[in-house]
Amino acid sequence: MIPLSSGPVPVTADAVIIGGGINGLATARELAHQGLKNIVILEKNYIGSGSTGRCGGGIRQQWTTEENIRLAQESVAMYENMSADLGYQVFFRQGGYLMITESEDDLPALREAVALQNRCDVPTEFLQPAECRKIVPDLDISHLKGATFCPKDGTAYPFAVVWGYARACHRAGVNIFIRTQVTGITADDGGIRTVHTDRGDIATGRVINCAGPWARALAAMVGVQLPNRQERHEIMVSESLKPFLDPMVISITNGIYFSQSLRGEIVGGIGDPAEPGLEGPSRFDTRSQLRFAVRFAKALVRHYPRAAQVRMMRQWAGMYDVTPDHRPILGGVPGLDGYYHICGFSGHGFMLGPVTGRRMARHIATGEADDIITSLSLDRFAKGDLKPDAFVVG
Amino acid sequence: MSKPKIFLCRCEDVTLDEFREAYREGFTELESLKRYTGVGTGFCQGKGCLSESAGELAVLRNIPPGEVRLTNIRPPAEPLTFAQLAALDVPPAGDDVEDDS
Repeated sequence: MIPLSSGPVPVTADAVIIGGGINGLATARELAHQGLKNIVILEKNYIGSGSTGRCGGGIRQQWTTEENIRLAQESVAMYENMSADLGYQVFFRQGGYLMITESEDDLPALREAVALQNRCDVPTEFLQPAECRKIVPDLDISHLKGATFCPKDGTAYPFAVVWGYARACHRAGVNIFIRTQVTGITADDGGIRTVHTDRGDIATGRVINCAGPWARALAAMVGVQLPNRQERHEIMVSESLKPFLDPMVISITNGIYFSQSLRGEIVGGIGDPAEPGLEGPSRFDTRSQLRFAVRFAKALVRHYPRAAQVRMMRQWAGMYDVTPDHRPILGGVPGLDGYYHICGFSGHGFMLGPVTGRRMARHIATGEADDIITSLSLDRFAKGDLKPDAFVVG
Repeated sequence: MSKPKIFLCRCEDVTLDEFREAYREGFTELESLKRYTGVGTGFCQGKGCLSESAGELAVLRNIPPGEVRLTNIRPPAEPLTFAQLAALDVPPAGDDVEDDS
């Protein structure tokens, strides 16, 4: 049960988490497990209404840096146990990820990535085009030059995950307020003091910025400059079909990805090079375009011709909160006690939120920063200490 | 004989009782009720059940129907096959069709 919080917010809290998506909910739940009391989550719309609920639900371990691979492994281990852990069915299904390429030039990098993933005990294998048909029998392999497949990657239903976390939060005593807007944050030399909302003010010494594409604007309220930019990505869902597609298929050539949900729908999207790039201005925009539907349909039918007579039901858009190295920003900032951010996931928040929430909760409760949090701190951009990953797709 | 069922959403077979139960579980907005029960996500995309759902939610929440937030309407207006869509020329960037802020 998630209560409808329509009254005023509490006058004080030990921690205020801003954002009711995967990051805010997972962090709140783990903070409660760390023994923190009086935790408040403020969500300006409804649970999962931001980037989490708009995403494709994919969770993969196929990355090209050891740090990303190990973090994703830890996340998959959490997803494998999540339904039992939360007492809620989150529809996690390990159908694997099939990463395809149409370029010979990609093959050495794919083989290198497989070797690195194997060294980390991720069971990825390199496949010739013909071998892809063992995994997706009706895939058109005529354009393909190779692929990698990890059977332990998968998908979950994003809304079920946030509902499960919201219930677990509620059981742990976390107070979740939906339709509650943060209007300001007061801080002084001693750190965070007050969070102002349209339902009243909360005196607190801790603010955790889990606002996804709104994180940059929120950080600016306390004078923290984030390098994040907001980027529109579009996605669609088809009518429901009998189970026919085990893995998430993802192309590192044209950026299409598609999988089949447990409800039977094809869920998929495709990156659009016409959206402003990292150099361009941010465009905060969740409008849909016919352009997306046409580009996606062309790419889907090209890779999977049998989908031609399947009907598309709905399309929508969501915002990525993108950092210069496409990796999240975790931790706090020197000189501002009690402020933390868990943001900048660059399109990978759903797959990493549970594990980063757990690690950040430990950090917030104990003051100790682990290797991942240290490596993903905001100051890496000023130091130029970046480890970008080659497999940023979609 | 078992209790007769009243269907709120005929495309996705969502009954009125299921909708009310979801509300009691904490799904207090149409956006969440849609994603939990499937109401309005079938072939008619809510054309046959959105106003009925909003009316029922107004009763459950004891508010005027006009105060119920409706779900965002997503394109396309009617389901289209991928073949139909793939046959179109790719429109230029910036042809936004829906205001969904």
